[in-house]
Amino acid sequence: MVKITYISHAGEARLVEAASGQSAMEAAVHHNIAGIDGDCGGVIACGTCHVHVDGTWTDRLAPPGEKERDMLAYIDNARPNSRLCCQIVLGEELDGLVLHLPIAQH
Amino acid sequence: MDIAVSDIERARSIPLDKIDVSAPDLYLRDAAHPYFARLRNEAPVHYCRESLYGPYWSVTKFNDIVEIDTNHKVFSSDASVGSFVLDDTTLNPVEGGIYLPNFLGMDPPKHDIHRQTVSPIVAPQNLANLEGLIRQRTRGVLDGLPVGVPFNWVDRVSIELTTMMLATLFDFPFDERRKLTRWSDVVTTRPGDGVVDSWEQRNQELYECAAYFQRLWAERAAAAPRPDLISMLAHSPAMRTMSPEEFLGTLALLIVGGNDTTRNSMSGGVLAHHLFPAEWSRVKADRALIPNMVSEIIRWQTPIAHMRRTALADFEFRGQHIRKGDKVVMWYLSGNRDDSVIDRPFDFVADRPRARHHLSFGFGIHRCLGNRLAELQLRILWEEVFERFSAIEVVGTPVRIPSNLVRGYADLPVVVHA
Repeated sequence: MVKITYISHAGEARLVEAASGQSAMEAAVHHNIAGIDGDCGGVIACGTCHVHVDGTWTDRLAPPGEKERDMLAYIDNARPNSRLCCQIVLGEELDGLVLHLPIAQH
Repeated sequence: MDIAVSDIERARSIPLDKIDVSAPDLYLRDAAHPYFARLRNEAPVHYCRESLYGPYWSVTKFNDIVEIDTNHKVFSSDASVGSFVLDDTTLNPVEGGIYLPNFLGMDPPKHDIHRQTVSPIVAPQNLANLEGLIRQRTRGVLDGLPVGVPFNWVDRVSIELTTMMLATLFDFPFDERRKLTRWSDVVTTRPGDGVVDSWEQRNQELYECAAYFQRLWAERAAAAPRPDLISMLAHSPAMRTMSPEEFLGTLALLIVGGNDTTRNSMSGGVLAHHLFPAEWSRVKADRALIPNMVSEIIRWQTPIAHMRRTALADFEFRGQHIRKGDKVVMWYLSGNRDDSVIDRPFDFVADRPRARHHLSFGFGIHRCLGNRLAELQLRILWEEVFERFSAIEVVGTPVRIPSNLVRGYADLPVVVHA
């Protein structure tokens, strides 16, 4: 199991345990994390699982592919540490990952 | 659903290569479903050789549509190679049509710059500012409805609320807001569909629209920037130098996108509740279901029945050979009825699991820009409806629009009960 913390825009933290191999979007939807929609089901087609990755975790993730970069270009409140969390596949190396949620998905 | 038996039989017996799901009368009668069902089963990527719009491919299954929609490098929206709607006359100078270029009809990188210019108007922070105004207007419109007497829901509620919203986004003279409704209808029609009688009339009305907005633009350009769409365009480094054609094309996109779509979901939701009355009681008793129900209404209605792309290269897809230059139509209406992805897709289910997983907003870089505003307007409408009414009864046959693009209603006769 991998521990992830989702921090809402209001600053409220929720720690969940997710199975390895799941995406951070799937884990969020499974645990009813408000603020992650995942409308397209994880195929980089909607941009509604946007997160800001905490601190040094940004550099420890595999970099976004072309499709993800294309979608991130359209997202409100995008920052250099923005990711679509359907593309963050959880493994033991990501145990302790912290993700911040934007004010809302668009 | 009152699809004529003849359509069900015809859809079963007609040779596959003779199926043309673009015929506008299918939408007037809401009779396209059995043809789509046959295509999904037997020819999910289907070539129609002859139609009013020339030859075209139909993509009818949910996941295939997502695949085409997200492959913008091969399947272009750009006006220079085609259009994003099947009918070339809607946005291009073909037959009697005029050129209405806009960012939905552009590929990156120009698309990105234009889209990002207008995007802040529907960004989360701005929607929070609009919520109070939307609620106040919704209450006003609903409180003004006659109780126990038949009226047309489309005109009194759907058009009224969406047109007021659009007037606010443009900061358009409020008393003249029905001009926006008219222009919205004119953009998506061709002569003979009941809106205009000739190409000359269509063009003349669109030029009037351009002239009207030109005046607003000049006023806004001369004043300090304000948070309305016209001011945003007039002060944007990327868009203030647009040609008159591009200006009118962009307006056409914003007017139709912000108007026809939510209008028809506002009407479709009433029809859905009429056909599935148990859902009304369920949501009225548990208002927390409203956001989920709103997504379900948008799926069930599918107010934009299709979007089209043009192939930039030969492409093998599901065993079919799509050639460079071919028109490829993604039938969202069909994908939203695909039972391999959506359980009991013809039913309206207010608490449907994963209701947000629908095609009505499209997917990929051209995904609906105003989707969250649409959801907000619909949520507030239904919160206020359930607060006031014990029932909304549909008391006559809905009159539908003969369009394969805008799936909607001209008349929905209802009686509301206190």
